[in-house]
Amino acid sequence: MATYPQRFRFGEFVGSLIWLIFWVLIIVTLVGLPLIFIVLFYIPLPPIGDEVLTPYRFLTMVVDPSRTIPIIEHLMTTDFFRVAAFPGFTYAALIAAATIFIERKFLAKMQLRVGPLYAGKVEGILQLVADGLKLIAKEIIIPSGADKPIFWAAPVAFVAVAAAVVALIPVAPGWVVADVDVGLLAIFAILGFFPLITLLFAWASNSKYPFIGGMRALHQMIAFEIPFILSALSVVILSGTLNLTEIVDSQIQSYWFIFFVPISAFVFYISSLAELERIPFDLPEAESEIVAGWLTETSGMIYGLIQLGSYVKTYALAALFVILFLGGWAGPQIFPPEVRTPLIDISPLYDQVAANATFWFTLKTFGVIMLMLLPRGISPRIRIDILLHTGWYKLIVLAFINMFVALALIYGGILGPGGLLVR
Amino acid sequence: MSSLEDKFEESKKLGLQIVKESEDDRLMTLSVGPQHPGSGHFRFTIKVDGDYIVYCDPDPGYVHRGEEKMCEYRNVIQNIPHLERPVIHDSNNITYSYSLAIEELVGIEVPRRGQFIRAIASELNRQVYTLYWLAIYGIFLGHSTMFMWPMGDRELFIDLLEALTGARVTHAFNIPGGVRNDMPEGFRDRCIRQIRYFEKRMKEYEDIFYNNPLFRQRTEQVGVLSKEDAAKLGVTGSVLRASGIPYDIRKAEPYDVYNELDFKVQYMKTGDCFARSYVPLLDMRESCHIIEQLLDKIPQSGEVRAKLQPNPKGPPGEAYRRVESGRGALGYYIVSDGTPRPYRVKISVGSFRNLLALPYLLVGQRLADMPAVYWSLNYWPVEADR
Repeated sequence: MATYPQRFRFGEFVGSLIWLIFWVLIIVTLVGLPLIFIVLFYIPLPPIGDEVLTPYRFLTMVVDPSRTIPIIEHLMTTDFFRVAAFPGFTYAALIAAATIFIERKFLAKMQLRVGPLYAGKVEGILQLVADGLKLIAKEIIIPSGADKPIFWAAPVAFVAVAAAVVALIPVAPGWVVADVDVGLLAIFAILGFFPLITLLFAWASNSKYPFIGGMRALHQMIAFEIPFILSALSVVILSGTLNLTEIVDSQIQSYWFIFFVPISAFVFYISSLAELERIPFDLPEAESEIVAGWLTETSGMIYGLIQLGSYVKTYALAALFVILFLGGWAGPQIFPPEVRTPLIDISPLYDQVAANATFWFTLKTFGVIMLMLLPRGISPRIRIDILLHTGWYKLIVLAFINMFVALALIYGGILGPGGLLVR
Repeated sequence: MSSLEDKFEESKKLGLQIVKESEDDRLMTLSVGPQHPGSGHFRFTIKVDGDYIVYCDPDPGYVHRGEEKMCEYRNVIQNIPHLERPVIHDSNNITYSYSLAIEELVGIEVPRRGQFIRAIASELNRQVYTLYWLAIYGIFLGHSTMFMWPMGDRELFIDLLEALTGARVTHAFNIPGGVRNDMPEGFRDRCIRQIRYFEKRMKEYEDIFYNNPLFRQRTEQVGVLSKEDAAKLGVTGSVLRASGIPYDIRKAEPYDVYNELDFKVQYMKTGDCFARSYVPLLDMRESCHIIEQLLDKIPQSGEVRAKLQPNPKGPPGEAYRRVESGRGALGYYIVSDGTPRPYRVKISVGSFRNLLALPYLLVGQRLADMPAVYWSLNYWPVEADR
């Protein structure tokens, strides 16, 4: 069946494209550019370094790209860059995208498949782009009895809250959006929004399966929040601070905390799996029992947003694991102190410490993410009563054991200020 | 008249949409299927009180095709291709008992080599079906690797059957009087090699799927069907054997060459979902031994198909023959009035008999156990609807 118009001619199509580009260029050069320069002439521009950015300088950048370096250097010190690019949302979203691709390939290898293969020629590397475009193109269907404002707001809130967790994660010394003294507490406070959003969305869908899924999510997240917090508490006892940067610093001064409190690390890992609703704890979305759980009525980009949010959340919790137990950005120096590049000198942008820290942090985070992806290939879904039993009885007790170990390490003079193992 | 009733009457006058609260409001009615990932081609309505199922009403019939009626308008050979449609994954077994019954009616003897090839094809097809069933059980428990691995290994047997019969799933291989064609060259070596590989894989299945603690938690002591209840409800196949009754048509009423073979009837005593999911694996292992024996004992040459008249017909009479299929006893009751077309064909399938146990087992279970119990019953909706 022909899917193109009957009178389709490739030559005409290309010709019309060329005409379109020609007219766009004409309009931009004759109308757009003068307009921009008139506007720029009247707006006072900020000084970058020791010179003011004028429209003339703007033009010289086209000829000499090295002139953009001071502007980028200035941009990197702004809050906007930190929130939007690094270590904020873009960095997290890129890691989330990489996670989705790695998950699909990794799972495929485990299951004797090939995974994504065609999109993007090389091992299906552009599969995610294709999926994203598909989701954007799809119609968003809202159930007739749904509570529309909440139905629209919940997916956005889901991503926003996930991004708020990312804002508190330090990636390198000094590279954090919000360096608050009660960083760990703030993270737990923000994570507390997720059950609420899930339940609101489930309720707003006005359908039975989302309702059951939402109730399950609520039970699960509350049951696992307590061991989650308790397991992080032993790290707080060892480091004596709630500030995430200082937690990493205290690990650099002694050793990684996973060697002292391995049980806490285990409890944290299990609870974060439950918090993320990953297999074997994907009860809220159990597809064979309750269709798709609280995601049953989602469609198009609403589903896409929730998926994006949950993968950003995966990154945030994996990064938190790295900060609390794996020494954050601690690692041997592998980057040279200075870089020399031909043509454009980017050495003002280069920071050896930050590059090194980011490298090790990203590497460790991917390691933890892989560990979080692993159970999906080897485990069936757990049942709700066993899950709650695990959360309330076993994990809380386990988390307490290592809290006492941590206290013993502090009062025994092994860790803490002036301890034996503190360098 | 109570005050609540008054208010209700008042609200009706005002035109408000207030529904009177009843005892049933505590229960939530969920429709599972026919477009539910946990069902497919089949619907059952369940009522849940919190997390517990208090009521279950199976509603089969979404894929009823009138196979039995269709048989009355075609002659006995023409019936073969459409009769295997209900279970395309087990098509050699569903046509096996039909062929046996027709042979009894027409009065023909199958050549010995044909009997062996029939048995080989039937055992290979049982593996295909059981692997497919196991794969779907993985989906039902949320275990994606358990879906992919048996689906991949199923190709081994599909390739063998393709070499033997020429088709991947719907073989139309068993016909009254024998099988359609002889084994190809080198089939025996290929078959032995692939079965050796599959036996290794079954060990991995046991380690990775069946010994997984979460799998055990999901299935052990869930949906227990006692020995007495299994006999009372009349379940069959692996469901019956999992409840502790070692009953297998291949042993109880041996057909063709099965009385010459040395095999055990595998059974377990617990009768829970784990037993019902583990017995098929034991059956597959036993099937591998059977195939090896068949390949050893098969006559090296000879006819595979008895000579039949173009439009075979027998004297008026009736016949009932059954075989052990992937889902249990599968029988055909055929009445002939002396014409080439059967007067009446009645198919007795294992799926439908196992379905009877579903409401009995589901009531009192948790909602999360619903898929584990439902699919462990070895139920194939299309076959049950016929």
